[in-house]
Amino acid sequence: MAHGEDLVDTLRRFNLFADLDRAQLEAIADPDRERSFAGGERILRRGMSGSGFYVILEGEATVKLGDEELNRLRPGDFFGEISTLLEEKLTADVTAESPMRVLEIPGPKLEAFLLSYPKVMLRMLVTEARRLQEVLAWRS
Amino acid sequence: MPPERPFPPGEYPVLVVGSGPGGLQTSYALSRLGIEHAVISQDSSPGGMFQKWPIYQRLLSWTKPDAPHERSSRAYEWYDHNSLIAEEPELRATVASEMDRSHMVPSREEMERGLAAFANRGAVRVRYGCRWESTRPEEEGYVLVTSDGEYRCRAVVFAIGVTEPWKSPIPGIEDVPHYAETPPARAFEGKRVLVIGKRNSGFELADGLEPWARQIYLVSPRPVQTSVIALSTVRVRYYEPLEDASWGGGTFALDAAVERIDRTPDGGFRLHARGTTRPGELELEADAAIAATGFRTPLQDLHDVHGIATVSDGRIPALTPYWESTTHPGMYFAGNAMQGAAGLRKNGVGSASGTVSGFRYNARLLARRIAQRLGTRPAWRELGRDEVVPFLLSELRSGPEIWTQKGYLARAVYPNGTTGIVPLAYFLDHCEQGSLALTIEMNAEGEIYPVAYVRAGAEIDERELPSQHLNDFGGPEYRRALEALA
Repeated sequence: MAHGEDLVDTLRRFNLFADLDRAQLEAIADPDRERSFAGGERILRRGMSGSGFYVILEGEATVKLGDEELNRLRPGDFFGEISTLLEEKLTADVTAESPMRVLEIPGPKLEAFLLSYPKVMLRMLVTEARRLQEVLAWRS
Repeated sequence: MPPERPFPPGEYPVLVVGSGPGGLQTSYALSRLGIEHAVISQDSSPGGMFQKWPIYQRLLSWTKPDAPHERSSRAYEWYDHNSLIAEEPELRATVASEMDRSHMVPSREEMERGLAAFANRGAVRVRYGCRWESTRPEEEGYVLVTSDGEYRCRAVVFAIGVTEPWKSPIPGIEDVPHYAETPPARAFEGKRVLVIGKRNSGFELADGLEPWARQIYLVSPRPVQTSVIALSTVRVRYYEPLEDASWGGGTFALDAAVERIDRTPDGGFRLHARGTTRPGELELEADAAIAATGFRTPLQDLHDVHGIATVSDGRIPALTPYWESTTHPGMYFAGNAMQGAAGLRKNGVGSASGTVSGFRYNARLLARRIAQRLGTRPAWRELGRDEVVPFLLSELRSGPEIWTQKGYLARAVYPNGTTGIVPLAYFLDHCEQGSLALTIEMNAEGEIYPVAYVRAGAEIDERELPSQHLNDFGGPEYRRALEALA
């Protein structure tokens, strides 16, 4: 990535930000919110508090509980919202499976972020509803 | 007699590039461990970016010449965020002793003199006037082609700062001078000045221009955050223009995405932007404009030819917790670029690795890491069984590493009684069973408190200790908590 324009373009492709105009995307696309991880590096650690909300820009990650893989995450996917919103410790590890770039919204700023962009909150809610539906379907 | 030019081209175990604070601190730390290395710099004297910046000549990080601890002590480092760190008393607090005490933050010149004093008192030798031109990875390290010839090394440390002017990709910004080209403040007398950017460099300009300019417009998409120092985008020292803006004075801090900047027939600038926090079109005219849009690490061919991984829109190298490139093993970064290893950022609190106060400690750990890579095993302090708790209490009280690098560096104690400072992120993923690490951390409300991490089985047990109104973490409550943990 050479400059700020690319971060906006990356975000624009994601379902989560599909309702935002360019000025709003630019406001979100703060280069200081970008984090990078090497393949194999842990992004989130089970048992830890104080993490944030992350949107994958590039690369893949796995959600693991011990050695059990619970989920695989790809660009556009997000994670970290449950422990942030509930203000609880993380319940699983998230590990980069390849070199990764993510956009981070620090935990203490997530509420203000979601209230500033209600359409993002709605899309997040729809995703959470789908995840819940999948779990319920699996149990029934 | 011509000045000594040490380290001719050739083969060295380690090569350090740069003679700013990051390069000086790394070289000093390598020397303390007895690691043979060469230091080269394109400059003609020590100081790095402090030879020319900040533009308006006053730093934003504090040094208290008098403090609760003696200047020659390790605990004093917490009160002096600008001096490099050393074991020898004559190399300590070199910036504090240069200050004329007209401000609590040093001037650029005082900082430069303090760094030169550190280098010149025998601490660091540098081959000045030697410019790194290109890089060639080899099986067992790197070859750096320089203006003086080729250097072959097993490990290279780039301490080259985040010093290359960078402009956001805005149509028309090519006509706007960068922060680095800003003339003396008097050149703006009576002018309306447009500053693109609302981070430290933007506010440094606004602060310097306030006594001269007629009006100042600071413009960028994101609002200025000031609520908690550790989370703010602007340091307290630069709040004066914000105060002016809040009163509706001659300064405006506008949240808007800039669409383009046009020249006006009279040589001025017209800005076209779209509001972010307050929607709507925004147009304004100014007599002068400055792009305070930041800097990037001058990575040269590492980025374009060798594809080194970066963060922050390509501006900073992406680093492991021990400041090694995530894509180029054996290639390390010191100084300001150490912010490329972001750490855990718990509660949104970032590291101090982008400033001397933080990266001086990182450099010491980096030197140990490199020494290990080269096959040596630097000794760590060993604590007797009865020493552990008293030592940890004193560290919680005044250990400058964990107080400066909150939630980023940790004081670790291992089951065999050895103790040292480590990056917290590294400790969490690599420590052995029964290890303990202590940090000082801050939450989103600005409350400061210690946190203990204990490895128990496959998991880390994270335990927050209570805060204390005078930040004194050496009392009986903490003693009991540490006894239970240790």
